[in-house]
Amino acid sequence: MVIPGQTPPTNLDEFLEGIWKQNPVFVMVLGLCPALAVTVSAVNALAMGAATTFVLLGSALLVSLMRRIVPREVRIATYIVIIATFVTIVDYLIAAISLELYEALGAFIQLIVVNCMILGRAEAHASKFAPGRALINALGMGIGFSIGLFALGSVREILGAGTLFGVPLFGPDFQPWVVMVLPPGGFFVLGAWLLLFNWWRNRKPAPREPVVAAGEASHG
Amino acid sequence: MAEATLTQIFLATVLANNFVLAMFLGLCPFIGVSGRLNTALPMGAATSFVMLVASLCAYGLNYLVTVFELEFLRLISYIVIIASAVQLVEMVMKKYSPALFRALGIYLPLITTNCAILGVALFQTAREYSLAQALVFALGAGAGFTLALLLMAGLRERLNLAGVPNVVQGTALSLMLAGLLSLAFMGFAGLGAGE
Repeated sequence: MVIPGQTPPTNLDEFLEGIWKQNPVFVMVLGLCPALAVTVSAVNALAMGAATTFVLLGSALLVSLMRRIVPREVRIATYIVIIATFVTIVDYLIAAISLELYEALGAFIQLIVVNCMILGRAEAHASKFAPGRALINALGMGIGFSIGLFALGSVREILGAGTLFGVPLFGPDFQPWVVMVLPPGGFFVLGAWLLLFNWWRNRKPAPREPVVAAGEASHG
Repeated sequence: MAEATLTQIFLATVLANNFVLAMFLGLCPFIGVSGRLNTALPMGAATSFVMLVASLCAYGLNYLVTVFELEFLRLISYIVIIASAVQLVEMVMKKYSPALFRALGIYLPLITTNCAILGVALFQTAREYSLAQALVFALGAGAGFTLALLLMAGLRERLNLAGVPNVVQGTALSLMLAGLLSLAFMGFAGLGAGE
């Protein structure tokens, strides 16, 4: 997002925006459906992250190139069709690379189309800027999304199966928390991550202005 | 799969495989609109309606796409159909209930990007449902979505009165609640035997 009156962001800022300041999973809480559905293992999470990044990059490039010729009234429909095209490519690509992965991710690859994050990026960023900048921003967003998915997937795999990337971590006596790989676990783990981020953000200004922080705490 | 009875499909989609709580479809509106009961119900109804229309259209489209061997166009044509259906619902609602139209705000056009709708279309294709089965499936998905939305809205209205620490407030709390609801819905696993 460019706020008027500020110095224009550098390329590095554009790139880092998606990874930290506007992280799609932890800050904006967008694109949750794939984030929760496929993150039962770290491998699935990374594959989903890579597929989404590819679609983000492709759609950002095309939307940015066409930003002057698409009429305003039909822009959303145009974006959706562009995104759907790239998702179809990814869908066939994954099926060609690994059938096992394709079956694990199932319909959720095609559901990348309706990942609100991608349409949101197309509308809020790619349609306003030149291709280079749009691509950098899309790459940052994609990596940020992948990090978020990995954070979810690794925790769920470690707790739910006692493994990471299929490698056992705790020895034979570990009793897996099966609930973590079931749907409720997805909600719990994401909730816990958000909790952590909230806590971190709330305590940051505390050392400088302890009085204000104490006042805020008493409201809760 | 194809021999599952209609009742089984309906029960399985409403309870055991609830779209929101067990399959994580349609989470954006689930977190976004479930703050109050009086917007949750119309949102659920609008989504269910779009689901039914989308399911019907997807069935016809799938037939066409298969006949002409254009499978790679399936996804694109589905999403275009859904976007048109949402546009229709939006126009009808704006004409007959402007207040509701304003209350739902941005979440109404966002039904297009509601994964639950495309999910209905994709899953009915993947499971090779017949027309009747597909429609019952869409109906069950809509009912399940509305049920989850209503349950969540009720819980969150009650939570407004509860003293919750600052850190937990907001989406984190909603997700934890959804987790508990999802845990409760796990109790229905196996019901309908459609899976």
